[in-house]
Amino acid sequence: MNTRNIEILVGAFVVLAIIAMVMLSLKVSNLASYGGDDDGYEIQAQFENIGGLKERSPVSAGGVRVGKVSAITYNNKQFTAVVTLQIEGKYQFPVDTSASILTAGLLGEQYVGLSPGGDEENLVAGGEIDITQSALVLEQVIGQFLYSKAQEE
Amino acid sequence: MIFDNIDMDIERGKVTAIMGPSGSGKTTLLKLIGGQLKPDSGSVIVDGENVHQLSQSALYDLRRRTMGMLFQSGALLTDLSVYDNVAFPLREHTTLPEEAIHHLILLKLEAVGLRGARHLMPAELSGGMARRVALARAIALDPQMIMFDEPFTGQDPISMGVLVKLIHDMNQALGMTAVVVSHDVNETASISDYIYVISDGKVVQSGSPDALKHSDSAWVKQFLDGDADGPVPFHYAAEPLIDDLMGGIKSVRS
Amino acid sequence: MIADKVLNKLQQVGYKTLSRFSRVGRASLFLWQVLLSLPYVIQRPRLLVRQLYYVGVQTLLIILVAGLFVGMVLALQAYIVLVDFGAEESISLMVSLSILRELGPVFTGLLFAGRAGSALTAEIGLMKSTEQLSGMEMMAVNPMKYIIAPRFLAGVIAVPLLTSIFMAIAILGGYFVATEMLGIYEGVFWSQMQNNVDFYDDVINGMIKSLVFGFVVVWIAVFEGHDCMPTSEGLGQATTRTVVHGSLAVLGLDFILTALMFNV
Repeated sequence: MNTRNIEILVGAFVVLAIIAMVMLSLKVSNLASYGGDDDGYEIQAQFENIGGLKERSPVSAGGVRVGKVSAITYNNKQFTAVVTLQIEGKYQFPVDTSASILTAGLLGEQYVGLSPGGDEENLVAGGEIDITQSALVLEQVIGQFLYSKAQEE
Repeated sequence: MIFDNIDMDIERGKVTAIMGPSGSGKTTLLKLIGGQLKPDSGSVIVDGENVHQLSQSALYDLRRRTMGMLFQSGALLTDLSVYDNVAFPLREHTTLPEEAIHHLILLKLEAVGLRGARHLMPAELSGGMARRVALARAIALDPQMIMFDEPFTGQDPISMGVLVKLIHDMNQALGMTAVVVSHDVNETASISDYIYVISDGKVVQSGSPDALKHSDSAWVKQFLDGDADGPVPFHYAAEPLIDDLMGGIKSVRS
Repeated sequence: MIADKVLNKLQQVGYKTLSRFSRVGRASLFLWQVLLSLPYVIQRPRLLVRQLYYVGVQTLLIILVAGLFVGMVLALQAYIVLVDFGAEESISLMVSLSILRELGPVFTGLLFAGRAGSALTAEIGLMKSTEQLSGMEMMAVNPMKYIIAPRFLAGVIAVPLLTSIFMAIAILGGYFVATEMLGIYEGVFWSQMQNNVDFYDDVINGMIKSLVFGFVVVWIAVFEGHDCMPTSEGLGQATTRTVVHGSLAVLGLDFILTALMFNV
């Protein structure tokens, strides 16, 4: 094997590896969406209970993905979960938009669903969504169901 | 302990031979001279420098300036051709242009008679040819001294004759100091100026080849003449044969 | 009598323990010398390229084949489990996360130890037993710089490259099975993956793992070759040790790294 052929093959090997890495970062993972970080803006929403919501969970409006959950903290004064939503810059929502934590399918992952209101004014960076609906926690639902059944009898 | 109180002088420009039976540590001695092994005590002085007290870079410098070594197997780099093997020390240690290196290689290969074999790979060479290529490589940087580790072992008579001639010519024509480690008595004696005979870690006898031939040590006589029995017994130490035969086979098993 | 035997045994255990320690010591010292020799390799990229060919290009085929099949099998297995929950659309998630986080780095590490690691040990061991290393020293060329360091660096570079190729081909294998055989929609396959695979947490962590595995496996391989007894028996033992110790090191380190990275 002469030096030139070896160099060509090694070059091809490295190129192949670079293609693989590009595919892993753009096609397989969410690196592409990191690029949009600067364009987006962040708003906050407080929930009584967020259930299984995690950082990076999707935020959608009308079934279309419009952003992601960028941070989850706990407000120790009002005893609520504070969820920071990162919304892509091309989407605007009225200030009276409501947010609820929903589940995709029966066992699917949880996401934040936005239902736009009718106000003229739009939410801006740092704004807050006032109307929120917590996650549906299966145990609580069953508990309430049993309780109301018991009262009926 | 491999050596005990050994004291040798290797004269500049002469062929000095170190002879002794297999396993007497002759190769170890060369590695001590080359600085590849460190003695527990004692010193090796090459060209005025104590080999074992040099820093690594100074040792490499000393090797580059003064030493070449021809290994028993030739130690050619198997992934390089004959040409590139001889070029190796030149490319590593000099900044000569490739054209000058090319001329040097051809001259060195011509000296060992293998200019025509320059495109072969080491695997395609016979043992004798591999040693000649290794010799060309060892003299590539014109060292002051070359150490030969068992240069004649396992060679057919013709290759042996070629190597004897080459060592002799290098010494005569270029004035290189040669240290030959060997147990091939006749070939070694024919080219050396001075011979050390070592055994059991000691210098048993030393002197010119002629002086050794008339040695009155029975051991040296046996070694030089190649007698089967003598001070070195034919039999490995064992109990008398008759006891062994009558003793049954249990003693072997246990 | 029995006391004698016990004493004897104890002596052996003590001796073995000491020789283990001395091996670790020698291996560490060896690594230090290799690292010191790396600048030499940077000045001679040709040596590096040649070794990249031996450890990288020649390992590529087995990586491609293994990756493809691992990805395809994973997709089938994921389907069998997920279809019971009506969640077969998450197949891509299961395939990609297992490949990126675990199987890619670990498989590549094991295959590399078996294919390239053993070859490295055998090659260096053979050079030692044919006196090529000594010969080089006597020519005042440090074999640490000329032989060991380029192989070491090439291995450390090649393993992450091979890993990324393994990951990509495995995911493509999973994609093929999921869309062609199991009838998952192409768009669903990729969007599920993109929504849930994080570049830093999953891809980068996987690559860090592979870098660590490569470093350790190559270290073991070149050390075993350089440290072996220069006989055919010693050479065989050293090659076996490279594969066994290399594989165990990959698996053990994988556990530690997983525990550290995914803060379980």
